[in-house]
Amino acid sequence: MPSRERSRRERHAYGGNGPLSVDFCGLTLAHPVINGSGTFDAIAARRVFGAALDERFPFAAFVSKTITLQPRAGNPPPRLWEAPAGLVNSIGLPNKGLQRYLAEDLPELARLPAPLIVNVMGSSAAELEALASACSARAEISAIELNVSCPNVKTGLDIGADPRELGRVVASVRPAAGTKPLIVKLTPNCADVSACAAAAQAGGADAVSLINTLRAYAPAPPARAGHPSPGPWLGGGSGGLSGPAVRAVALAQVAAVAARVSIPVIGMGGIQTAADARRFLELGATLVAVGTASFSDPLIGARIAAELAGRGHRVSGNATPF
Amino acid sequence: MSAPLQRRLLTLTANERLGAYRVLRAVDPGPPPRAGQFAMLAAAERWGGGEDERPLLARAFSYARWQEGEAHFLLEDVGPGTHRLCELGAGNGLWLLGPLGRGFELPPERRRALLVGGGVGIAPLAIWQDALDEATVLLGFRDAAHAHGAGLCRDALLATDDGSHGHHGRVTDLLEAELDADAHAVVYSCGPPPMLEAVRAICAVRDVPAQLALEAGMACGFGACFGCVVPTRSGYARLCVDGPVLDAAELERVECHPASAPAASGTRTAGTVR
Repeated sequence: MPSRERSRRERHAYGGNGPLSVDFCGLTLAHPVINGSGTFDAIAARRVFGAALDERFPFAAFVSKTITLQPRAGNPPPRLWEAPAGLVNSIGLPNKGLQRYLAEDLPELARLPAPLIVNVMGSSAAELEALASACSARAEISAIELNVSCPNVKTGLDIGADPRELGRVVASVRPAAGTKPLIVKLTPNCADVSACAAAAQAGGADAVSLINTLRAYAPAPPARAGHPSPGPWLGGGSGGLSGPAVRAVALAQVAAVAARVSIPVIGMGGIQTAADARRFLELGATLVAVGTASFSDPLIGARIAAELAGRGHRVSGNATPF
Repeated sequence: MSAPLQRRLLTLTANERLGAYRVLRAVDPGPPPRAGQFAMLAAAERWGGGEDERPLLARAFSYARWQEGEAHFLLEDVGPGTHRLCELGAGNGLWLLGPLGRGFELPPERRRALLVGGGVGIAPLAIWQDALDEATVLLGFRDAAHAHGAGLCRDALLATDDGSHGHHGRVTDLLEAELDADAHAVVYSCGPPPMLEAVRAICAVRDVPAQLALEAGMACGFGACFGCVVPTRSGYARLCVDGPVLDAAELERVECHPASAPAASGTRTAGTVR
């Protein structure tokens, strides 16, 4: 690694003694703003924005999109629908599979000036164990996040929606993660998210993150006004809702979870401004994540962090907060 | 050249009517785009909070022209995003992220450039015509009001669905006549998906290379959301980073979603995210 890159990396990952420096599961982060899984592709962004991406990386840690054991093409298009104050997506977790991710993407992501959190999903405890085990062996990876918003292949139930099943899965994956912090990404599509969070903690999770997207449906526009919708718009049938539309739900769920568990909470859901981020931090979140807001402004994470630190200007309506 | 990692606040210099379309012009420090590239646009004020609490996301538009530090965009008011942008006037603020995506590639020597556009999809062909020494331009519109859009290009041959201007029929009829006369060409095309599919098929049969500027619902424009994929021979491609211009040979066919309303090509966000 060139010395300039190394020093930059160390400053961000280990030199976190700035005003917003946060300890998260033993990782020292420069500030509390990260990205939600699947909402930022650092490798594509480096192609588009060049060296600026590394020089002004907007997040204190980078969370990868979901990786599965086998490659996935993702859902057929259309994949997006703009909802009232929100976005319904049905992307379908496209990824190149664990082996190619480790071989091709990991060296690229290791060059980022922020610790890497790899998000993994499997449809059984055994699959998740294999994924966690492979990640635990890689020094480039600082933490592992489990996406449990996936049906169990045997029961058909979302692993993350059933506290007992979730506790069992986390307990079986925990040893496979070795010394890496294990984050459980909770689904909001359940009866009692705080019970799920408590089960994750009891199973050995080091942190929880929430909320994932809310299950949502987007009807295709009728051929003519007044006619019935011909069916779902999204190629995947149903999708997940994100953006400001879900923020109030996310605040309620983060508050309930933070009151129930003693492990760190990563709060997200419709965060667009530093004021939004503060609400989540006040309710007990240790970190916050932005997702949909990055789509409109790739630097939004850095803008929010700067504003939390009392630097820069208001997020909206300003071209040059730096 | 890389795009700046920062959306920039531009000031609109003009919003001019061009038949059924609007041409938005804004002072843009650049970097200048290559023809076929696009930008994500949003109004600086009152973006959101419109009908149905939309728009939320920025909207993608091909650069229609870039001259002396001024970016031009061609818009048609087809949804809450384009509606808000069409309302803007000189002096209003416009957020821009760009230039983004892969543009058109120059024709190999001695092949002539045939530019084929439909509707608002003529936008990237105008800036491409500016960059080329010589090009034949064929444009199709549905009616007289839309045919005014042809004013964006120079010396275009027209086709209209209603016969009000030029050939009474499809622009692909004009394309076939041109290729019958001289098939030593490269075709550059942007327009509604059924038109692009017809262009692709015509060129494939005659073994004429074609570069197609496609559109898809797009949330970010820089590869983050994975929302704007189209099927290609090598799997799904993200139009924002692998396109929006694709070599026609990469496509089995241009997908036309049956549920999508009349196309608003050129704004890559036609369909759902208007």
